[in-house]
Formats: sequence, structure tokens, C-alpha cells
Amino acid sequence: MIAITLNGATVSINAAPDTPLLWVLRGELHLHGTKFGCGIGSCGACTVHLDGVPVRACVTPLSAVGARVVTTIEGLHGPEADRLVAAWTHVDVVQCGYCQPGQLMSACALLRATPQPNDAEIDRAMSGNLCRCGAYSRIRAAIHRAAVPAPSAD
Amino acid sequence: MNRRTFVIRTVAAAGALGIGWSLLPPRGRLGDRDTLPAKPGEAALNGWVRIGTDNHVTVIMSKSEMGQGIHTTLAMLLADELDADWSQVRTEMSPQRAIYNNIATVVDGLPFHPDDDGLIRRTAEWMTAKVIRDSGLMLTGGSSSTKDLWLPMRQAGASARAMLVRAAADAWQVPAADITVAKGVVQHASGRRATFGELIAAAALLPVPGDAPLKTAAQFQLIGTPMRRIENATKLAGTATFGIDVALPGMRYASVVMCPTLGGTVQSFDAGAATAMPGVLHVVQVDGYHGGTAGVAVVADTPWHAMMAVNAVKVTWNHGAMADLSSAQEIDRLAKVLDTADGHAYYSHGDVDMALQSAATRIEAEYRAPYLAHAAMEPINCTVQFANGRATVWASTQVPGLARRAAARALGISDGDVDVQVQFLGGGFGRRLVVDFVGQAAAIAKVANGAPVQVIWSREQDLRHDFYRPACVARFTAGIDDAGRLLAWRNTSAGQALLPPILRRLFDLPGIPLDKTTSEGAFDQAYEYPAARIAHETVPLPVPVGFWRAVGHSHQAFFTESFIDEVAHMARQDPVAFRLALLTKHPRHARVLQRVAALSGWGTPMEPLSDGSRTGRGVALHSSFGSVVAQVAEVRVDAAHVLHVTRVVCVIDCGFPVNPNMIRQQVEGGIVFGLSAALHGEITIEKGQVQQGNFNDYQAVRMAGTPVIEVEIIPSTEHPEGVGEPPLPPIAPAVANAIFAATNQRLRPLPLRLARIESTA
Ligand code: FES
Ligand code: FES
Repeated sequence: MIAITLNGATVSINAAPDTPLLWVLRGELHLHGTKFGCGIGSCGACTVHLDGVPVRACVTPLSAVGARVVTTIEGLHGPEADRLVAAWTHVDVVQCGYCQPGQLMSACALLRATPQPNDAEIDRAMSGNLCRCGAYSRIRAAIHRAAVPAPSAD
Repeated sequence: MNRRTFVIRTVAAAGALGIGWSLLPPRGRLGDRDTLPAKPGEAALNGWVRIGTDNHVTVIMSKSEMGQGIHTTLAMLLADELDADWSQVRTEMSPQRAIYNNIATVVDGLPFHPDDDGLIRRTAEWMTAKVIRDSGLMLTGGSSSTKDLWLPMRQAGASARAMLVRAAADAWQVPAADITVAKGVVQHASGRRATFGELIAAAALLPVPGDAPLKTAAQFQLIGTPMRRIENATKLAGTATFGIDVALPGMRYASVVMCPTLGGTVQSFDAGAATAMPGVLHVVQVDGYHGGTAGVAVVADTPWHAMMAVNAVKVTWNHGAMADLSSAQEIDRLAKVLDTADGHAYYSHGDVDMALQSAATRIEAEYRAPYLAHAAMEPINCTVQFANGRATVWASTQVPGLARRAAARALGISDGDVDVQVQFLGGGFGRRLVVDFVGQAAAIAKVANGAPVQVIWSREQDLRHDFYRPACVARFTAGIDDAGRLLAWRNTSAGQALLPPILRRLFDLPGIPLDKTTSEGAFDQAYEYPAARIAHETVPLPVPVGFWRAVGHSHQAFFTESFIDEVAHMARQDPVAFRLALLTKHPRHARVLQRVAALSGWGTPMEPLSDGSRTGRGVALHSSFGSVVAQVAEVRVDAAHVLHVTRVVCVIDCGFPVNPNMIRQQVEGGIVFGLSAALHGEITIEKGQVQQGNFNDYQAVRMAGTPVIEVEIIPSTEHPEGVGEPPLPPIAPAVANAIFAATNQRLRPLPLRLARIESTA
């Protein structure tokens, strides 16, 4: 049994220590918001936060989590997250949606570290998140919109 | 075989698809309240809508939502005619019934030139529509969904509205004509009013009118407005259920390894080590289904246990007929075929040979396109439960009817004993028109003693066992006169056909002689060539191929729109003006092209850059799936010879724009998807084995590589046309033409790779 802190609760997990966090979340805990896309850290669909830092859960063994707090899309809260979801909705970013939990996790970590990111900072922070539907320009627009603390009313 | 014979055979073939499907008398697609399964607290008014006493309006979705926004659009069509309030509306996937069969895509598949308006074409389309209505398939593809359901969804909404009005009129003892409906409230001039929920019980007992009047465009409330995606909230919360998210009590997970050589089989396998691993329940050999490749599957208690254990199975493969296949050699062979083959002429007009002989200048070129994988974000997966002779399939699929048949065949049961539950698709792009993975999952579930089994492919299996966009080679000859006018156009391409193997696998139909998908995008464009012959030579190759977003258009547009650019430059004419001169009888195309030129600043110099970068603009015009699209791409080639696509301006005429917001999304997405293919996309095969395995070696455009995209939708009152695919084909030639403008390099093979050493010509 390995205990981790996940979305504000302590959870005991009965899985081998080398099990990737992605498959702990999906396979053991049935938290399906974190997606499987590549398994090699190359697409960002599985992005979660460890102590607020975005990591690829598919290449993060359970044993590497340690005392760090795991946050998944199901536990993503706070003002930046709320603004991002509102902006994503307003801009209507989503297409198939499969990559979007991962995109939101990366975007939220970006905004918490860099409240007013410029385009180059967005490119850098989001470069690990693939979107085969090609929603990138709307993702960029939504991040800019969410970065403004008081969104305009339109 | 001439066209007439072909058409008749096609219709006969379409009729043959009816085996196993209930044949309804030809009639409308409205259905009745018995079409849908009953739900407590709700009643159906026809096959497309249920209303609850709680005022919820459930609109029935016969199309798969794979990112194209079709659930939003279809709900708009019905809700508008119903005069429902948008906040009442929710969606639900349909069961499988004949009324949900896709008519538009099959009719579109007939090999007619768009300008052909003859009796043969109209008769063939009418007959095909009639046959498909009763015997066809539920299918989401071919950019056909809005086209297919534009009238049926609206008729269903109008019919349901008429029933609610009738119920109110009867209850209030007033003429129905004095009743109005707005935002989900039925109201009489006297001030009496009722919600849908209050009327539904009485309305559901009334006859279903088949002729309720439809709104005029001026009366639309939702249709034609930019509506946001209806399923946004669940997709952002991570709670939307894609195929891979299906969770059932007692569910097992399976991982598969297929023969690395396409089409190979299992000679033997040693499951000893795998069986000893934690959580492993079964190790089972699986055949190749529907053109897929055979392999071995491990069923375990968790996905990770299955994935670990499948790597421990020691398999001895029979590499089979493709063991020596190399894609580079196959593509060379396609080119060689064109040395002698003339191909089947899909379009022929005037005396091309004579016109070429009389030409002052002849221009020749050869273009090539590689195999491509789909690489949807959601890897291939499928969940099947087989118990007591019946099966349920939960899948991200574009073809529930074919999925049902695939599962039934794999399990040796009848189609009627299989229920298919379509989930959200994490991208389709045509990959999920093939049901290889459904047959495979059903076969795996057979050993699980009644437990549901979810089969998840690794990304490597997904990329290495795709049904690839076929490689294609095209050769062109054009002739121009002294004044730079086009005299003749000859184009012959060579590649694999898509339809024959698919029809054979699914319906045991013998090979059909023609396959429009091979030549579409070449033969069916609007250019008024004085003389032309546009042909395709089908070369049977064993590589599994399938429908890849925009299908034949995806590469034929690159060939044709690049070559016409070459001819324009050779004729010393502006590429836009050169095209416009060939569109004098096609005002719709000319307008789209003129708009994109105006919006992009075509003809004005691009901002000079001080860092040694070279810049250029390229244009492309292409029509597909009923829509006309033009794009201007701007590129910058920096001092280090790195290509940047900086801006794309796109104008689309897709008929009446039902949901301009979803159209813009599809244009943006189609451009990025097409750009990934144009710049990076290439599947290579060595010794029958696909070399690329994951996103590290099958690259796609990311945030930083995405150009600024500007979109204009031409206002139109014409019938809505396709949107999911048409924005894709022009991007590759627009970028290639821009590269030429910037560098003088004409890149004729895809993907577009700049030569390191450039001529200074
Ligand atoms: S699944 Fe983890 S990065 Fe792709
Ligand atoms: S929305 Fe489909 S992959 Fe991003």
C-alpha cells in the first residue's frame, strides 16, 4: 500500500511502486479525467500537478510521488482554474475534448506562475500538450482572456 | 465499363448492403414515438425528440461527436423548429434504426463531375438515396452530417411543435392558428400558457404530422447564429465519457500486440512469463479483423497489468506476404506505373493531345504523397461484454452499424444480438470508420466468461496498425500558348483504391471498377480547361488503407493546386488572376478566391524583414464535399532555413452557415491538421513494418507552430454543405506555393522539406 495526497484527500493505493501515476488514476481510482495519449511523455493528455507543477502522469511512477500533492482535473479549483474554464467556454476552445483536461492543467500551472503570460511564454508552457483537433489558436486566446483578472463582460 | 453501367451496379451494390437490415417502405425519416425506447417521465414525439414532464428536451443524435460539433448543430436544427429554449436542450445518442442511416454521404460518393446536371446523374442520385434510406448505414463521415440531417431534424422539430400546439388547442378549446410558441412556452392570445412539460403527455397521444411547415430563414432563432458547443461543461470537467472512459462493474482490461509486419500472423507464442505476472487472467491469440493484423492479447485486472504482461508474451510471427514491403519502393513503383498506364479517365474534355501539340510551352511535373496515419488523440480502444449469447459494444466509432456487424461476426451471433453504445470520440478523422478493433475486442471478450473487457491499444499499436491514407503519385502535363493562356491539362495519378477492399470485407461484394475517392480533388474541380484528361490508375497494393480526413482531396488538392501555380508562374501570370481566368462560369468559386485575395492583401508586398528571412504568400482554391475553400498562406524562411507558416487567411463557402462558430472551429482545426501532414506527416514502411511509433517520431503541429488563422464565411442561403473536411485540402498547396514565392523552391513531394542548399535561380 502506498499513500498519496490526491485532490485534497489521502488515498491508499494497492499497486506496484513502478506503476505510472496515470494508470493508478485511471485503472485503480477510476478518475478518468486524466487521459492516456502516448505513454511516453510526448502529448500532455495525462498532465497532472505535483505540488502545483505540471508533470506527465504516464511517465511518473507512483513511487516518485512521495509527499507531493497530486492534483488532477477533477480537483483543479481556485481563481485561475475558474477563470480558465470560463475563458475556455467563452472562446469555445473544445473540439473532441480529449486533450483538454491536460491543456487546462498546463494552462493553470502557467497562470499561477505567470499571471500575464505573453505569446512566447504560452508557447513554452503549452508545448508539451498536443491537440490533434488543432484548437491551439483558441487555447492561446483563452489563456490571454483568463489572464486578465477581471474579464470584460462581452 | 461506362458510367451508366457503373451507376447501375453501384445502386445494385447499395441494395445488397441491405442484407440483414430491415427494409422499410420508402418514406420520410421522421419515425414515430415507438422508434425510441421509453423513458420514465418522458415521451417521444417522433424518432428524434423526447420531452420530459420536467421540460427537458432530449434531441436524439444519430451522428458521432468527434470534435466537429455536430451534436450542437443538430440540436440547434431541431430546437429552433420546436421553438425550445436552448437551456432546455440536451442530447442523447440514438439507437440503430433505418431513419438514422446516412443518405448524403453515399449519394456524394457517386463519380459525377459537379457540373454534370444530366438525367443520368439525377436518376442515379435519386435511386441511391432511396435505396440507402432503407438499407444503408448509420455513418458519421464524408462531411455529410449537416447536409444529411438539415431537413430531417428540422422536420422533426416542426412536427413535434405542431403536436404540442395541437395538444394545447384541444385543452384550451381554441384554434391552433391562434397559438404561438417561443422559448419553450406555448401561449394563446388570451394569455393562457403552458410549458412543454405540461403538454407532453397529451401531445404524445396525437398523430405525428409529416408535413408541419418549416420556418423561413428570417424566422430562425438559433440556426445561423454562432452557438457554443453543447457538451463543453463535461469536456472541461473531465467527466465526458470517451470510449476509453467506459467503466463497468467487473470490467477487465486487455492489451494487444499485433504482428509488427502488416498482415502477419502468429505462428506460436509462449505465454508462460506473462501468465505468471500480477493480475493476468487470460492470454489469447487474436486474428486480424477487417483488414487488421493478427496478434496476441492479455486480459488482466487493470490496464497497467495488461500492458506490462503483453510485453512479456514471446511471440513467433509469420511475417506473411508483406515481409519485404518497403513504402519507398512501392511509391517508386507507382511512379513507374505512370510510364505506361493511362488510367481511368474520370474527366475528359476536348482533344488534349492535339492541344498539347499546338502549345507554345509544355510544362511537366511529378508529385508524390506518402502514407499517413490518423493519430487521433484517443488511442484505439473498445469495450465488449459477451454474455448469454448477446453482446454489448461500447466504442468510439463513426459506424455503429458496421461495429455491430463486426462484433456479431467475430462472436458468431446475429447482428440483432449486438447492441452498440457510441461514446464521445477523442478524434476520428476517418480512422474510426474501420471496425477492425471492434472485431478484435469482441474476440477477446469471448474468453472473459461474461465479464466486460476494455481493449486499449498502445500509441505504438495505434500508429503501426492504422488504415493509412494511401500513398499517391501524380504526373501532369500542361500546355500554354504564347499569351500565357492555358490550352490543355493532363493529369494521371496512381495509387491504391479504398472502396474495393472495404466492400469486400464488409459485404462480400466483388470489386467495384471505379472508386471516386482515388481521383476526387483532381477530376471534379471547377477549372474550365479548354481541353483536359484527368485519370487515375488503381494499383493494388497490400498496405491497409482507409479514409483519412478529406480522403482523395487531401493529396489531390496538393498536386493540382501546386501544379496550377507552376503553370501560372511559367505563364508569367499572377496565380490568382490565372485561376480566375479559368472560372468564368463558376462565380461561386471566383468569389471565394477574390475574397481571400482581398482579405490577405494579395498583391501587396509583405513586410520586409531585417534578419535575412525570406517571406512569401501562396494561394490555393479547392472544392470538396460541396464547399468551396480558398486559402492564402504566408511563410517565412529564416536565415537558418527553418520554415515558419505565420498566417493563413481562409474563405469558405459552405452554403447556409448553420453554426458559424463550429464552422470556424473546423476551419481552424482542418488547417492545423492539414499543416501537420504537410510539414511533418509521413508513415514509412520497411520490411512490412511501420517505422513510426509515437508522437516523438510522428510529429504534429504544436502551439508554437500554429499560424495566425483568419476565417471568413461567405453568406449564403444555399443548402448547407460539408465543413469537417473541406478546410484541409488547400493548406498544403497554399504553403508549398508560398515556399516557392519565398525561395524559388518548388517542393513536389509531401511532406514539404526545404532543401538545405538552394539554387540561386
Ligand atoms: S499520455 Fe502522458 S504525455 Fe502522452
Ligand atoms: S480538442 Fe481534440 S485533441 Fe484537442
